[in-house]
Amino acid sequence: MFDKNNEKEAFNPHLVAFFCNWCTYTAADLAGTARMTYEPNVRVIRIMCSGRLDPQFVLWAFREGADGVLIGGCHPGDCHYQEGNYKARRRFLLLQKYLQFMGIEKERVRMEWIAASEGDKVQSVINEMTETIRRLGPLHLEPVSMRQERSLETAEPDNIAVMKEGTL
Amino acid sequence: MSKPKIAFYWCASCGGCEEAVVDLAESILGVVEKVDIVFWPVALDFKRSDVEAMASREITAAFINGAVRSSEQAEMVELLRGKSNLVIAFGSCAHLGGIPGLANTFNREEMFRAVYLDAPGVNNDRSTVPKEEIEVSEGILTLPRLWDTVKTLDQVIKVDYYLPGCPPPVSLIVGAVEKILSNQLPEADPVLAPDIALCEECPRRDSKPEKIAVKEFKRPHEIEIDPEKCLLAQGLLCMGICTRKGCGAVCINGNMPCTGCMGPVSHISDHGTKALSSFASLIDANDDEEIARLIDNIVDPVGTFYRYSLPASLMHRSHMKAAAKGEKS
Repeated sequence: MFDKNNEKEAFNPHLVAFFCNWCTYTAADLAGTARMTYEPNVRVIRIMCSGRLDPQFVLWAFREGADGVLIGGCHPGDCHYQEGNYKARRRFLLLQKYLQFMGIEKERVRMEWIAASEGDKVQSVINEMTETIRRLGPLHLEPVSMRQERSLETAEPDNIAVMKEGTL
Repeated sequence: MSKPKIAFYWCASCGGCEEAVVDLAESILGVVEKVDIVFWPVALDFKRSDVEAMASREITAAFINGAVRSSEQAEMVELLRGKSNLVIAFGSCAHLGGIPGLANTFNREEMFRAVYLDAPGVNNDRSTVPKEEIEVSEGILTLPRLWDTVKTLDQVIKVDYYLPGCPPPVSLIVGAVEKILSNQLPEADPVLAPDIALCEECPRRDSKPEKIAVKEFKRPHEIEIDPEKCLLAQGLLCMGICTRKGCGAVCINGNMPCTGCMGPVSHISDHGTKALSSFASLIDANDDEEIARLIDNIVDPVGTFYRYSLPASLMHRSHMKAAAKGEKS
């Protein structure tokens, strides 16, 4: 888990980025080899295709302490697997609607098409998103908040079941 | 040798699960012969003190239905946990939060305002809402505290097995009771229902096209539903694709889409999001505006995807700002 104790002083958001292997991840590589610098707040996870991104991954990221999630895929028409990015786009838009219903700002999930040659776009998108999330503030979706209310009311720690995570 | 002891209890539920026990009809007689019912507030006159007087783990199995959303319910289920060998979460509410779990899109204050102040026909000039404590001349009277958040049973106590369904199908209840009596409960999957999606036993299975492409999402009242054809292919949001079978496809046979009461198959951690993902992939459009138009057809995403499982989902509830969480009100 991330340490968020010092967030009052300077809030450093935690971003999780899911980048597709063929375009966006390669672009991030390019940004690296070109020595471009960008905000160090992002943790990049490589997936084979943005279409592999199960919306559950996004929720897990929030659950585990992320303040924002960035999804990067190939431009429309460029998908290595023909139409994975289109599927990802549909899921993303519906997920965003659900998250808004649940009181999560839509800026906290962002999807961008970034081609393998666009290292500079990786840089600008990450910088921009870090700034946006910094402005929004921390999300605080860790399970701790669920236990707070309970612990105020009933004791008997032996019976307190750990949250359901991973068991269902 | 004394008979195994069975207890039933209800928390935040509608009573349908108790009804399901009665639905066992004649087969309940066979069960009653083999067990002693030691606690069942809805049907038999037992008191909380009767349970308190029992030895630890004296009850063989406690069937608890309903979600947990008040301090009183939490106290009771903790008491039953201590006195029972097995705790079985009975029905969707205990398993996943159920319909009451949709209250997790509000907090307590909003609920009180809606019910006691703003509801049509309410005449409440003094703006009275339930208090936990009030001093009268005889002393202090107390009420249980209603929580901001509805919880599943296993978010409050340890649960050994789950009987899913709203209410659980009779065949699964009978099967579970038999397994308990013969000591043949499974070790791997704690959910006592087949770990296969409903599509597998769906009577319309053969009419499901190889590739479903939806131009328009519909709600059941908006179209005349073809009773033979796959409901997804008709644009209805049928949860059967990611929901456990074992219910006999009763809703499908009634020409209505599955709403997901049996809960997700075991490899899914968030039932609603998985359904959301599958439905989104069916959208037959690549253009953002067209996708947005189709998504607008889904007017109630939470109630559609998470009708029974919001408290068990990864989000648990709608997001409460950090400041609000800390407050006790």
